Amino acid sequence: MYAWDTNEEYLFKAMVAFSMRKVPNREATEISHVLLCNVTQRVSFWFVVTDPSKNHTLPAVEVQSAIRMNRNRINNAFSLNDQTLEFLKIPSTLAPPTDPSVPIWIIIFGVIFCIVIVAITLLILSGIRQRRRKNKEPPEVDDTEDKCENMITVENGIPCDPLDMKGGHINEAFMTEDERLTPL
Amino acid sequence: MEKARPLWANPLQFVFACISYAVGLGNVWRFPYLCQMYGGGSFLVPYIIMLIVEGMPLLYLELAVGQRMRQGSIGAFRTISPYLSGVGVASVVVSFFLAMYYNVINAWAFWYLFHSFQDPLPWSVCPLNGNRTGYDEECEKASSTQYFWYRKTLNISPSIQENGSVQWEPALCLLLAWLVVYLCILRGTESTGKMEQLANPKAWINAATQIFFSLGLGFGSLIAFASYNEPSSNCQKHAIIVSLINSSTSIFASIVTFSIYGFKATFNYENCLRKVSLLLTNTFDLEDGFLTASNLEQVKGYLASAYPSKYSEVFPHIKNCSLESELDTAVQGTGLAFIVYTEAIKNMEVSQLWSVLYFFMLLMLGIGSMLGNTAAILTPLTDSKIISSHLPKEAISGLVCLISCAIGMVFTTEAGNYWFDIFNDYAATLSLLLIVLVETIAVCYVYGLRRFESDLKAMTGRALSWYWKVMWAGVSPLLIVGLFVFYLSDYILTGTLKYQAWEASQGQLVTKDYPAYALAAIGLLVASSTMCIPLVALGIFVLRRLKTGDAAPVA
Repeated sequence: MYAWDTNEEYLFKAMVAFSMRKVPNREATEISHVLLCNVTQRVSFWFVVTDPSKNHTLPAVEVQSAIRMNRNRINNAFSLNDQTLEFLKIPSTLAPPTDPSVPIWIIIFGVIFCIVIVAITLLILSGIRQRRRKNKEPPEVDDTEDKCENMITVENGIPCDPLDMKGGHINEAFMTEDERLTPL
Repeated sequence: MEKARPLWANPLQFVFACISYAVGLGNVWRFPYLCQMYGGGSFLVPYIIMLIVEGMPLLYLELAVGQRMRQGSIGAFRTISPYLSGVGVASVVVSFFLAMYYNVINAWAFWYLFHSFQDPLPWSVCPLNGNRTGYDEECEKASSTQYFWYRKTLNISPSIQENGSVQWEPALCLLLAWLVVYLCILRGTESTGKMEQLANPKAWINAATQIFFSLGLGFGSLIAFASYNEPSSNCQKHAIIVSLINSSTSIFASIVTFSIYGFKATFNYENCLRKVSLLLTNTFDLEDGFLTASNLEQVKGYLASAYPSKYSEVFPHIKNCSLESELDTAVQGTGLAFIVYTEAIKNMEVSQLWSVLYFFMLLMLGIGSMLGNTAAILTPLTDSKIISSHLPKEAISGLVCLISCAIGMVFTTEAGNYWFDIFNDYAATLSLLLIVLVETIAVCYVYGLRRFESDLKAMTGRALSWYWKVMWAGVSPLLIVGLFVFYLSDYILTGTLKYQAWEASQGQLVTKDYPAYALAAIGLLVASSTMCIPLVALGIFVLRRLKTGDAAPVA
């Protein structure tokens, strides 16, 4: 923070002269050509740039465009910005927000999307594989479950169902007796 | 003997699923709004009374029904009485409507979440206008957060009649939201386990309504969850735990929301003061730093008397800054979540971090509720033998998600937010009251309260306390009837329904009337779920008459 005094006014005149010197045709502008008037307490003032050779003030449009070109340098000289150092009738050119070629949100969306698709595919495939494995081994896996769920009648400790299904195979109900009775 | 029903791995999983379903976005954006509108802390009195008298008994009833019948909502009520299976159907229809529009909120949360990884946050700055000398006009009139919500996210049209086209950005986010939901429900139960002036009658009505909808009664989700329970699990304890956690989350969320309101109000108030000071300082060439908050009024008075002509010129531009008026702007719903909160976040330090955390939380809440919702739809479908014999579980889930997603694309059009508001306000409100009323009467009077009581005793080994019996048989149904009558008369008395439309040229919301076809859509929404109950009962009655008519009399 600094106080506004005549030295600061000198710096201001220097910056305006600097801006004018950058305009082609006006390289001869000196600090003494810039005049300040009506300086108020709130720190506001009018200023003009004179042309001593022709003894008139330069048109406002020229001065405005010159200052617009060097706005940044003037701001920095006073450690101020466009809001705190205001030139009436010189609208500031606002810096556009940076626009990357690919919006960032699409990148993050793409990443999450791919992760979710991969996870879904894995789960579906593992579900299909589980079901295929269950279908391939019915006798061993289902036997114990069948006994509990399918209310199979049991006689002599041997389930009746296999007796019906196996048709012409060995009749387990009589196996032990057979062995005892047929030694030949 | 039926095939073994999948079970929750442990009771904690079931409790978490219920909590995750019940604790949703309503706790964050509806309850704090109700507190603010109806007297702050004193709203807690009707809220807690309604919780004890209406919320807990009805929650316990739904959990007990699910656990006893061990089926989804359609099967459970078919067991009580075949004529009542319409109640289950109505539940599924309402759940389907909810599924269609609720996931759009998750889509918006994803959109904001993906946009949180930028510096500066896109809703904290206005974009520039054509010749780069100022900001976009709509953004200047409204605020940058409102502009980002209405223009960049929704690209909203000025009225519900102008449909516009499907916006591809929110459509993509909706697709992603549905894929995430599908991923979570793919494995069924195993993967789902995770989990609102006292004398003002309106305060009591709103407390009752808030408890009702906040717990998610009547959608069939709680019945579905409980049907996967062991018959002996203590659903009374679970009902109390879930309702208490749901209410404490609401109260906690409102504490946070009020501090956000306060932060935003203070910030806006100080901004307003700064703008007025700058205007006065520039006009009257006062010394910089002369005007402060404390002497503003005095200086204004002095300037008005010392330079009357100049003051009257600048007077229309001077806004009256008041902290009270900032605090009075209570907002609910999507406006609170996506405008007020984002405005508060953009002014905090490290805003990207808070933004990511906040939208992640919204997503967790939203997806948790969606899972409960889809369980309500899928459980009756997978229970039904006709459907589950033709299609595996994954295909049924995929089909439901696909249909909901396709219909949900309507909400991503330019007028989509207006249709969203229609669904949000009317799809579930009246129908749910009716559904839960019929549920309670069905269990108490059709199935029989004594029979249900002995079933529960046999199942859980615990006797039913007199409190629950009194509530189920008497108090809760009466309360629901009261709420139902109130809302019906409110709709009839208000006459034509209105909605808030965003006017881009003014940068604010304006009230408009619904066109005829929108009113017809609202009527259809309410009718399609409520009519299920009598229509299905009638259908079953007719079928039975035909069957007894056809069969030859048996000697």
